[in-house]
Amino acid sequence: MMRATRRLSAAALVMFVLAVLAVDMATSAPPDPFQAPPVLALGSGQASGGAHCSALPGD
Amino acid sequence: MSDQTLSTTPRASRAVGRAALIGVALFLCLAVAAFAGARYGLLLMIGFGFGITLEGMRFGFAGPWRAMIQRREPAGVLAQLVAIALVAVIAIPLLQSNADELIGAIAPVGWAMVGGAFVFGAAMQVVLGCGSGTLVNAGSGNPVGLVALPFFAIGSFFGATHLLWWTSLGTAPVVAFTGTTGLIVTLAALAAVAALLLFLAAPGTRTIPRRMWIAAVLLAIFALANLAVAGQPWGVVYGLGLWTAKGAVALGTDVAALPFWSAPANSERLGASILTDVTSLTNLGIIGGALLVATWRGGLAQKLPDLPARAWVGVIISGLLLGYSSRLAFGCNVGAFFSGISTGSLHGWAWFAAAFAGSAVGLRLRPVLGLEAK
Repeated sequence: MMRATRRLSAAALVMFVLAVLAVDMATSAPPDPFQAPPVLALGSGQASGGAHCSALPGD
Repeated sequence: MSDQTLSTTPRASRAVGRAALIGVALFLCLAVAAFAGARYGLLLMIGFGFGITLEGMRFGFAGPWRAMIQRREPAGVLAQLVAIALVAVIAIPLLQSNADELIGAIAPVGWAMVGGAFVFGAAMQVVLGCGSGTLVNAGSGNPVGLVALPFFAIGSFFGATHLLWWTSLGTAPVVAFTGTTGLIVTLAALAAVAALLLFLAAPGTRTIPRRMWIAAVLLAIFALANLAVAGQPWGVVYGLGLWTAKGAVALGTDVAALPFWSAPANSERLGASILTDVTSLTNLGIIGGALLVATWRGGLAQKLPDLPARAWVGVIISGLLLGYSSRLAFGCNVGAFFSGISTGSLHGWAWFAAAFAGSAVGLRLRPVLGLEAK
């Protein structure tokens, strides 16, 4: 029997990413590009959001 | 048709295909910029940069650690230390002078943190993919990476959800190396580790290949760009846990009521699009960059491996453990090791030591699970 190639797993990966984006669109408020922060955080005067794996809630 | 035309046609068609790949990547970044905002399009582009560098230069974290442990070849780990040092030289002073705008990957050392890093090190050797490595492997069509990725995301969600309980077991005060003194301490510690690796190295393995130098410099550039654009260092696992949290919300779970997810920063992320989330965007970019390189090289024509069932069970369990443990450890090889050390966090060093010890254990599990010959 002929074995499948990585094209199959790449196609499955694209489906996975599309599924993540679809779930996100169904559960989140749509982004508003007119309310977006400045391109660079550095020099913006705005604090970082802090959504990072090293952040401990409450700190 | 002449012979010349016959030989140039495949080359021309390959060039068109490759131009199309670059065009698609740029289009996606511009689309995100138009749909969500310029910062977010730029972050996706930085993610593509990470992915192209890691896959294109065959640069990673799990593989070089394996090479050091099994064959005493330190080149890859030395290149990682070079990249971290390059980031530290700019990031540590920048964090001090722009404390209102930028944050480092600073976290406390604790029992769960050290244990999590140990488990992560073991699991990343089982699947031969760390945080960034799993994304790159999945993007390049590697089925082990593809299967590990969703379970990594699920594990990350549960690890984040249980994080506060785990940290209550015992956590030391946060220690951050800041300013000029902090930079000197960080560079001296990196140099000491490099010297130890060179001392332990097998003869003839003490030089870093040109490819790894280039990769280290490019990674440092993209990591600094990530910090300047996002205001926070490069990370991976937060975004993966967020993807699962959104899936749980879609299934009707009241995720926002859970203590971790009700914290202001996390609650805001839960309600906003992942196209405005820093680590989600760079993760998507890493996947896209690796896919681009794999397609460019024709790597998707490779046959899928014929692995035994126990190998796939091992991959699934390792994926879950990678996600869960990296949340307890306040990051993976990227968020804790690379970004933690380069922004002056002591937890990055504790992570390095514990994950390296875990890697030695994980390498022994691979033959047992049928992932390689005994």
